[in-house]
Amino acid sequence: MTSLAALFRRDLRLAVRLGGGAPMGVLFFLIVVALIPFAIGPDLALLRRIGPAILWIGALLASLLALERLIAGDQEDGSLDLILMGRAPLELVVAVKALAHWITTGLPLVIAVPVLALFLDLEPGAIAAVALTLLVGTPALTLIGLVGAALTVTLRRGGLLLPVLILPLTIPVLIFGVAASNAAVVGPMAFGAPFTILCALSLMSLVVGPFAAAAALRHGME
Amino acid sequence: MDLGPYAGFILAAYGVALAVVAALIVWVVADHRAQTRILADLEARGVTRRSDQKFEAA
Amino acid sequence: MTSAPHCRRLGGLLKTTPMALIDLANPTRFLRLTERALPWLAGATALAFAAGLYLAFFVAPDDYQQGATVKIMFIHVPAAWLGMACWALMSLAALGTLVWRHPLADVAAKAAAPLGAGFTFLCLVAGSLWGRPMWGTYWVWDGRLTSVLVLFLMYLGVIALWRTSDDPARAARAVAILTLVGAINLPIIKFSVDWWATLHQPASVFRMGGSTIYPTILIPLLVMAVAFTLLFATLHLAAMRNEILRRRVRALRLRQAAQGA
Repeated sequence: MTSLAALFRRDLRLAVRLGGGAPMGVLFFLIVVALIPFAIGPDLALLRRIGPAILWIGALLASLLALERLIAGDQEDGSLDLILMGRAPLELVVAVKALAHWITTGLPLVIAVPVLALFLDLEPGAIAAVALTLLVGTPALTLIGLVGAALTVTLRRGGLLLPVLILPLTIPVLIFGVAASNAAVVGPMAFGAPFTILCALSLMSLVVGPFAAAAALRHGME
Repeated sequence: MDLGPYAGFILAAYGVALAVVAALIVWVVADHRAQTRILADLEARGVTRRSDQKFEAA
Repeated sequence: MTSAPHCRRLGGLLKTTPMALIDLANPTRFLRLTERALPWLAGATALAFAAGLYLAFFVAPDDYQQGATVKIMFIHVPAAWLGMACWALMSLAALGTLVWRHPLADVAAKAAAPLGAGFTFLCLVAGSLWGRPMWGTYWVWDGRLTSVLVLFLMYLGVIALWRTSDDPARAARAVAILTLVGAINLPIIKFSVDWWATLHQPASVFRMGGSTIYPTILIPLLVMAVAFTLLFATLHLAAMRNEILRRRVRALRLRQAAQGA
């Protein structure tokens, strides 16, 4: 277990460094959320209405940005080979990396939501709903993205392939995340239904993600 | 045969179907020709497979 | 490439599997089978299309609500079925690659991907052309059409993944995993998109099938579906054949380079 704990601490420390995923992720989130009103216009009523959607898309893209480095960074400095040779089960290793990634990248996004929601003139109820759905949904984004990162790490010409592979798979998370956020505000429909499904999606990705990613790493590095 | 006021859309749909099917057929046929041509070329140059060589040795 | 003792050992180990699958594991035998089967499949395809098109244009009546545009359904629906069936086929092939290590599994998967993408694309275009008279717009975020769009994007992702590695055997396992993850996701995506579409119901609602399906419309639809399926089978076998030849070329070129060194 100590090897996993060491890996966890190492990943945390690497991510919060200046070039790591954590600060860049939040910065990117901020930029995206600031960018969209420039395209749409300053109409606050409109921004308020599509605010949850803007925040979710910003969070989705920011998560994606940090995923590139999740496994590729280890492969570049050779630590990926060491990890693969280690005794800890690869699925657990991958899950631990995902946890570290979520804490350093996903969680800051959730914390940033109340601040960014000010730009979109969201009510407190909407802010809380978006933050809660992102809290539950960002793990799913991390885990799904993990599979893509594992698939593309061994490919030299990976490039933009990771987003292309991952984004279609994240569509259900996006749909239910935004729907739950909207339901809490506009709500003819209960918040509970889409929120529960969102939780289910995260739980499912918790199972499928590490197994698929571990399989991808094993086969890719053969 | 009267296809109604939207005949253009119907014909366009079948036209696209024909185009897509034709494109797939062309891809398969052209690829086949290319591969067999390369294989023939390689064989002419004396590069053969191990299983073919076994027969030659025997 | 495949030496006889290797195949004998393989056959011995898998005695419980149907013999046909073992026979087909040998690429050379597979090629011979393909050469014999292809002309028949192509002929059957042509006949089926002739019958289907005749039924579509001279037998099927106009729909009371949609008029003659219902004839577009004879293209749109079979294309949709095949787009989805192709992913199912790729998923089976993925299991063949990862679990049973069947030698031709990844060949089948790689050959199928462009075909699936083509049929899915056809489904989208036909659906769009069907939608314009019905809904007044070329694209509508209807649940089914949107799911097919996502499926199309996933096909493109798979095709891109195949092309990232020079060695098809290496790409095969990555693609197999992606295909299986995609397969798990497809019902989820379909469910969530349908749910989302009912949530954002447009102002005017037209039922996609119009009136109930009479036999005069159902039979042409089924014949066209059979025709498209035969077409897919023909193209797939031919594409598998091409892929095997392509790998031979690659192996020979590698030998050539090694001999030259």
